[in-house]
Amino acid sequence: MPEAVRVSSKEPSSGYQLRVVQEVLLALLAKEASHGYQLRARLQLALGPLAEALNAGHVYVTLNRLEKAGFVSSKRIGQADRPDRKVYELTAAGRARVMEWLEDTSWPKPAPAEFHLKLVAAAAAGLADPVRLVDMQRHELLAGLAAAQRAALAEPDGSVAGLLLEGVVLRLQADLRWLEACARHWNDTKGRS
Amino acid sequence: MNTGDSPLRVGPVLRAHGLEKEYGQGAGLVRALDGVDLEVASGETLAVMGPSGCGKSTLLHLLGGLERPSAGEVWLEGRRIDRVSEKALARVRRRAIGFVFQAFHLMDELTAVENVEMPALLAGRAPRAARRQAAELLEQVGLADRAEHLPSALSGGECQRVAIARALSNEPLVLLADEPTGNLDSAATLDVLRLLDSLRSAGQTLLIVTHDDRIAATADRLISMRDGAFVEETRLTHGTTGPLSELAGLEG
Repeated sequence: MPEAVRVSSKEPSSGYQLRVVQEVLLALLAKEASHGYQLRARLQLALGPLAEALNAGHVYVTLNRLEKAGFVSSKRIGQADRPDRKVYELTAAGRARVMEWLEDTSWPKPAPAEFHLKLVAAAAAGLADPVRLVDMQRHELLAGLAAAQRAALAEPDGSVAGLLLEGVVLRLQADLRWLEACARHWNDTKGRS
Repeated sequence: MNTGDSPLRVGPVLRAHGLEKEYGQGAGLVRALDGVDLEVASGETLAVMGPSGCGKSTLLHLLGGLERPSAGEVWLEGRRIDRVSEKALARVRRRAIGFVFQAFHLMDELTAVENVEMPALLAGRAPRAARRQAAELLEQVGLADRAEHLPSALSGGECQRVAIARALSNEPLVLLADEPTGNLDSAATLDVLRLLDSLRSAGQTLLIVTHDDRIAATADRLISMRDGAFVEETRLTHGTTGPLSELAGLEG
């Protein structure tokens, strides 16, 4: 994400990083002011079984940082017999940041070059059989595919989290097709040598 | 559902030891299987993958008693089946093993329900009971409303689901599937995938030979073959969503 204000670029080591959380939170606040619990529930719905990756405090920590950076403002609302609730609102700077993010077309890059070069190097050095390396890698990806597919099958029809899982499945399938081409190539090479 | 947790399990349902298969002779000798050892536990789904000609279909044929090995042993539920008589082997195939093939092999002149009940009728079951069971199996594969259709009136995916229902009609110890989605488009593949996944959940022991990554990913365990031998084995266990969230880009 170029030019993103990395207000949460380094979180405490506990739990997973979710780099986009800050932008998502800003976008969720664009329509109306909201509080942390509600925002967290929206994220959980969108992520389904993957919401486990989101550690409980992450949303609150991120909101704090967004406030310090001037993207959101907050006010406390008193509640009977409970602690005050903090309600967050998007600032003009926050709104500008959301628009920038929504229209940003950068995309996570698949990285076949490293694996490709690993196979070339393995073959050249004679240290490992590239076909075997491909088989190992296929199994690794297939284990991921199995996990994603099971999670996808468990989602009800029309689930928004199911759409995310489908994305994982389709990307893994594409990678697996490429690995099959790698296996064919290095197997043929072996046959010729 | 899976393997080890059944208290009744005394050993693997299906076991092969030192399995070899050669075709032809002299200069034309082809070694299709070159010393394979395998155990399939009760309730386990095993997927076997590998390039064309790696011996995976041969393996399935030997395990199902469709062919006999050149060397080695095949045991089904504690009984060695590779050296029994032709007649006894046919009985094993009819009673204990279900087969699903890429090309469905349905009988064109019989309706879906008639195809499904055929194995039960051949095994001597009363026609009424066979029909009732066939109707239940069609229901299980989601085709209750296609019972009276001829295969020619069914889509490829529906034909394969009928074939799977038929394979289940003798309540097989093991269901052996050879490229079950090899002839299907991706939507029909998804239907068969869901069906295989539900059979797995129901505790059916399954061995699937496949090229299809998604079908293989329904298995509990995955084996890759090359040149007639096993080269890689992985347990496709599911548990934490850790790797999954990484794959989804939620981590890092």
